[in-house]
Amino acid sequence: MQAEEKFTYETWPASPERATLEAKNKFLGFWLFLGGETVLFASLFATYLALKDKVPDSTHALAKDIFDLPLTLVATMLLLTSSLTSVYAMYHMKNFAFKKMMVWLGVTVLLGFGFLGSEIYEFNHYVHEYHHTFTSSAFSSAFYTLVGFHGAHVTFGLAWIISLMIRNSKRGLNLYNAPKFYVASLYWHFIDVVWVFIFTVVYLMGMVG
Amino acid sequence: MSTYAQKKGFGGTIWDYLTTVDHKKIAILYLMAGGLFFLVGGMEAVFIRIQLAVPNNDFVSAGTFNEIITMHGTTMIFLAAMPLLFAFMNAVMPLQIGARDVAFPFLNALGFWLFFFGGVFLNLSWFLGGAPDAGWTSYASLAVHSKGHGVDFYVLGLQISGLGTLIGGINFLATVITMRAPGMTYMRMPLFTWTTFVASAMILFAFPPLTVGLTLMMFDRLFGANFFEVAMGGNTIIWEHLFWVFGHPEVYILILPAFGIFSEIFSTFSRKRLFGYSSMVFATVLIGFLGFMVWAHHMFTTGLGPVANAIFAVATMAIGIPTGIKIFNWLFTMWGGSVKFTTPMYYAFGFIPSFVCGGVTGVMVATAAADYQYHDTYFVVAHFHYVIVGGVVLALLAGTHYWWPKMFGTMLNETLGKITFWLFFIGFHLTFFIQHFLGVWGMPRRVFTYLPGQGFDTSNMVSSIGAGFMSAGVIVLLLNVVITQVKNVKVGNDPWEDGRTLEWAISSPPPYYNFKQLPLVRGLDAYWIEKMEGKKAMTPAEPVGDIHMPNSSFIPFMITLGLFIAAFGALYHADDKSWALPVLIIGLLVTFGSMLVRSVKDDHGYHIHKEELMDEEKGAEA
Amino acid sequence: MTNQPLSSSNPRVDLEYRRKKNAEEMRHQVISFSIMIFLTFIAFAAVAAKGFTAWFIIPFILLLAVVQVIFQLFYFMHMSHEGHEAPSMFLFTGVFMAFVIVLTFMTIIWW
Repeated sequence: MQAEEKFTYETWPASPERATLEAKNKFLGFWLFLGGETVLFASLFATYLALKDKVPDSTHALAKDIFDLPLTLVATMLLLTSSLTSVYAMYHMKNFAFKKMMVWLGVTVLLGFGFLGSEIYEFNHYVHEYHHTFTSSAFSSAFYTLVGFHGAHVTFGLAWIISLMIRNSKRGLNLYNAPKFYVASLYWHFIDVVWVFIFTVVYLMGMVG
Repeated sequence: MSTYAQKKGFGGTIWDYLTTVDHKKIAILYLMAGGLFFLVGGMEAVFIRIQLAVPNNDFVSAGTFNEIITMHGTTMIFLAAMPLLFAFMNAVMPLQIGARDVAFPFLNALGFWLFFFGGVFLNLSWFLGGAPDAGWTSYASLAVHSKGHGVDFYVLGLQISGLGTLIGGINFLATVITMRAPGMTYMRMPLFTWTTFVASAMILFAFPPLTVGLTLMMFDRLFGANFFEVAMGGNTIIWEHLFWVFGHPEVYILILPAFGIFSEIFSTFSRKRLFGYSSMVFATVLIGFLGFMVWAHHMFTTGLGPVANAIFAVATMAIGIPTGIKIFNWLFTMWGGSVKFTTPMYYAFGFIPSFVCGGVTGVMVATAAADYQYHDTYFVVAHFHYVIVGGVVLALLAGTHYWWPKMFGTMLNETLGKITFWLFFIGFHLTFFIQHFLGVWGMPRRVFTYLPGQGFDTSNMVSSIGAGFMSAGVIVLLLNVVITQVKNVKVGNDPWEDGRTLEWAISSPPPYYNFKQLPLVRGLDAYWIEKMEGKKAMTPAEPVGDIHMPNSSFIPFMITLGLFIAAFGALYHADDKSWALPVLIIGLLVTFGSMLVRSVKDDHGYHIHKEELMDEEKGAEA
Repeated sequence: MTNQPLSSSNPRVDLEYRRKKNAEEMRHQVISFSIMIFLTFIAFAAVAAKGFTAWFIIPFILLLAVVQVIFQLFYFMHMSHEGHEAPSMFLFTGVFMAFVIVLTFMTIIWW
């Protein structure tokens, strides 16, 4: 089974993301990378928790002043749903349904942009409403770094999925690009995993005090 | 492949190395670059010892001294010890598991170039306004307020080279997990492969905190953030934790492969199976795990509180147990063996007492209450040089002699090798043994000079003389390398005649596809088993067939070049230079553009056909 | 281990079975998604309700987050499938490290 080989629904293997040695390596290597990313985000979370509400004086906004429940809920729903749509995409990938996979990936990308838009709106809101900028206090630096790192991951994930979609739009699935789609979707899920902790630890716990 | 066999011109060779994805060539690149930085760091060490040889010396100014000690530590750890170990991991580990290459040849090249450009960037600081001067640990309380761009060079340079190390670590992990030859089970892997595996796992989990720490420092210094600005609510202790969450595992990342190298050497030259193989594996994994649980012992005097100090002290002392297991296993390997005193074996012999000294002082400084006395004195300097030089550097020198024939196909001169050993070994103990006493007598570390008549004079002079011996040893090694390569006497598969592991079953240096047929591994010390049954070569596990090979690529170089350019933009951004931001953006565009090219351009590699392999065989016989 | 792409027999009899299995799995995915959405709403509601003390809410929403992430990892990221031994080992080592780092930063950075 060559990576360049043409497939049909009947010949498509059961786990195309791990059918060749290169694919197996890619799959494993990417999971290892996610293990490292876990520690990376843990360090950022730990820093944020150590610096939460650490501001120079009482004129600065604290966590409980700035966060807004409905906006966070909207962002969360967008990202959670995009996780499900990317699962749909991988479901169709496994069934060798290229068009359907592309459609679901497209929906994932749209939801991702929605999330990103809500985050940009949110940051803008904090800056203008509360003068809560990247340089205004240790708390604000830690907040923007943690949430911004996540936002950068979302941006990178979007760029990645879009370039994969454009590159492969005309040639369908094969064993060379199937693992690429698969790891991109793993990355997307991982972004969602991190977000679950961000909305819990940063936003919800921030509002509780 | 006929094109590979052709003689290439100088330019062709350079291009070959710039684009190579072959683990053996990348190993040579790591060896050369790491060796170069080792010499730079060594010269810095010599300058330190010249300055401290006599009291009230003015060989260098106080500020320059700070820059030199910072760069000595940083260079030796990140740019010398790590890449030299990576050189051996690249050269040997894939051969030891019977693989044709690593799991990610492209990323392997990328990792090297990231390390190299990061190191070059860091060292350019000497010419661009001054090197970092906040110590290799770069504690935030010093680093945030350090004038000039020194610390910025540290932050950006280490960020780039750290990415390279992380990529290298992931690559080695995946290689060990997926690329082992038929029959090479985990418990048949040579110890050097095992230690590479565990050290790579530690890299995977230890480098992200460093990445975060360096990013926070970069944000503080270059983009106005407040992580370490106490007036703005910041806290400098965060840096210390992030640094040591990385920094303590880092020393185990260095020492475990060193243990692996010595395990190979002890068993080869005692001509005996390694004593207690499974307990060695267990001890390696245990050290790897405990290595993560002890970082705060570097911070006993910051006031963590008695509970935290006690926990971290006990955890630290616990590491002595697996390390002790290893020491006894090495001794028992030699016990009853037919020991051959080659140069690598000299180093192995010298290593045991030296490293045990470092281990014993380690338990002393791990005692939290006593550490208040030792902290920031020369006792600590003596302790970590005993483990790093007495452990890691001796292993690197031993490994250089041991695997030189496998990497280059020539044998380093044994007499010169032994001269190197004696000069280095005597010099090492002369330099650092006395520093234990200096520390206990009260000489603080990182001081640029001291007054006469405090009882430090003679001891410091002795220490500086020792540094001279070590330098002489290194010079003899360089001579040895030059002489050997000029003579260019080629050696066979198994030049030590006692090789036990798979790398000795193929030619020196190995063909670019390593194994024509993957070997069938029938037990620990696979090659030794075959030799004991009177066979000359490994039993193949597959018929001769087409071999799939990765294509060379210039993209790793370009990705790194982009980051290198971007780092200059970020660095001068803080000066409000108008060109800084465009440079930063252009650099990042080069990096991400190259990544995009890599992503959209299909790269299926190529096949070496069966017929070509057959032809080569005939050619070799003729 | 070989550098040749692995050959996998692809018998047609499997096709129907695979199709069914994939479809069934997809149903599980949708169920996990509904549970995740549900858990999210509960977490937000617990904060919005204002009747509970922080001592109850914080552990409670953290627990919900952990449960949700387990769904995400095991179903959405297919960690429940076989062939994920090495990924699980390394991911959970990372999680353990993450726990230790966060714990120390919350306990011994206090001034």
